[in-house]
Amino acid sequence: MNANQKKVLTGPIFNNNPIALQILGICSALAVTTKMETAMVMSIAVILVTAFSNAAVASIRLQIPGSIRIIVQMTIIASLVILVDQFLKAFAFGISKQLSVFVGLIITNCIVMGRAEGFAMKNEPGISFLDGVGNGLGYSAILMIVAFFRELFGSGSLFGVPILTLSREGGWYEANGLMLLPPSAFFIIGFFIWVLRTFKTEQLEEA
Amino acid sequence: MLEHYLSLFIKCLFVENLALAFFLGMCTFLAVSKNVKTASMLGIAVIVIQFITVPANNLIYQHLLKKGALAWAGYPNVDLTFVGLICYIGVIAAMVQILEMTLDRYFPALYNTLGIFLPLITVNCAILGGTLFMVERDYNFWESCTFGLGSGIGWAIAIMALAGIREKLKYSDVPLGLRGLGITFITVGLMAMAFMAFSGIQL
Repeated sequence: MNANQKKVLTGPIFNNNPIALQILGICSALAVTTKMETAMVMSIAVILVTAFSNAAVASIRLQIPGSIRIIVQMTIIASLVILVDQFLKAFAFGISKQLSVFVGLIITNCIVMGRAEGFAMKNEPGISFLDGVGNGLGYSAILMIVAFFRELFGSGSLFGVPILTLSREGGWYEANGLMLLPPSAFFIIGFFIWVLRTFKTEQLEEA
Repeated sequence: MLEHYLSLFIKCLFVENLALAFFLGMCTFLAVSKNVKTASMLGIAVIVIQFITVPANNLIYQHLLKKGALAWAGYPNVDLTFVGLICYIGVIAAMVQILEMTLDRYFPALYNTLGIFLPLITVNCAILGGTLFMVERDYNFWESCTFGLGSGIGWAIAIMALAGIREKLKYSDVPLGLRGLGITFITVGLMAMAFMAFSGIQL
C-alpha cells in the first residue's frame, strides 16, 4: 500500500473526519447510538454502502452524463441500501427492527452522497473504494465512541454485557437515564469536537 | 374523528419533532441555521415538499407496493415493499424537480428566494424519514397528509428557533475549541431537552 492510498484510507478517521469536521451524516449518528450493538451494525452497513457505491460510481464515471449524475448516484446507492436492508431483515431481524427507518436513511446520508459526488466522480475505482472505506471508518469511529459512553453510563453495560452493576440489581451504579435520551448524543459529540479541536488546532473555526 | 387528526398534528409538531426527537435532517439543520431569514426560507421549502411527498408516497405504498395492494390488477399475492426505498427517493427527487420548474415558471420571485434550497431538500433525511415513518406506522391517506404537514412545520419551527439562538450566540464568549460546530451541537442538545418537556402529553 503506497503513501497516497494510506492517506486516503486513514485521513478521514481523525484529520478530516466526516462527522466532526464536514458536518455530514449526523442524523443517524445520533439516533442509533444508545447501544454498542446497533451502532456497530449501522457502522458496518455504512462502510459497505459507501465503499461499494464509491467503487460503482467511479467505474462508470466516464459514462454518466453530467446533467443526470445525481439521479444515477442515487439509484446506485438506493440499490445497495435495499440489499443491506433485505440482508438485515433476513439474518438479524431484531436489530433491523431497532434500527427501524435509519437503515433506509443511509440513502440520504450525506457521507455516501458526498463521497460519490466529491471523490468517486474524479478518481479510479480502486482508490475510490479505499476512500469509501476510510470515510465509513471515520463515521464508525464517532458512532462507536458515542455509543460507548451512552451504553456504559446509560445502562451500565457494553454490547449487552454488564460492566457496572446497576443499583436496582443490587450493585452500586445508579444508571444515568439522560444518556439514553436524544439530547445526550448532542452533548457527547459537542464535547468530542471540543477535545478533537484542542489537540488539532488547525480545525478551529472563526465564529 | 377530527380530534384524532388534531392530536396527530400536535404530536408530530412538538412531541415527535423530526429534528429534535429523531434527529432527521441534521446536516442541513446545522449547516443552514446561521441566520433566521435563510433558515425560515428553508423551513418553508421543507413544509411544502413534505406536504406533497408524504401523501404521494402514501398513495404509491397503499395502492402499488403493499402486500396484496395489487389485487386490483389480478396479483393478490405480490409484495413489492422491497423496492420501496428506490421508489420513494425517486418520487422525492421528481417532486422537488417539478416544484422547482413550476415555481420558476409561475412564481419567479419565490423561485429566486427559495432557488438554492430546493435541490438541497432531495437529500434532506427529514423528507425521506417522514415517508419511511409513514410507511412504518401504516397511516391512511388523510393521516399521511396531516403527518406530512405537521412534521414539516415542526422541522421549520426547530430550525428557526436554532437560527435565532445562533444569531444571539455570536455575541457570547465561547471557548475557542467549541466555536462554531461544537457549541451548536450543545445548543441543539439543550433545545432537544426543552422539547422533551412535551413528551408524554396525550391529547
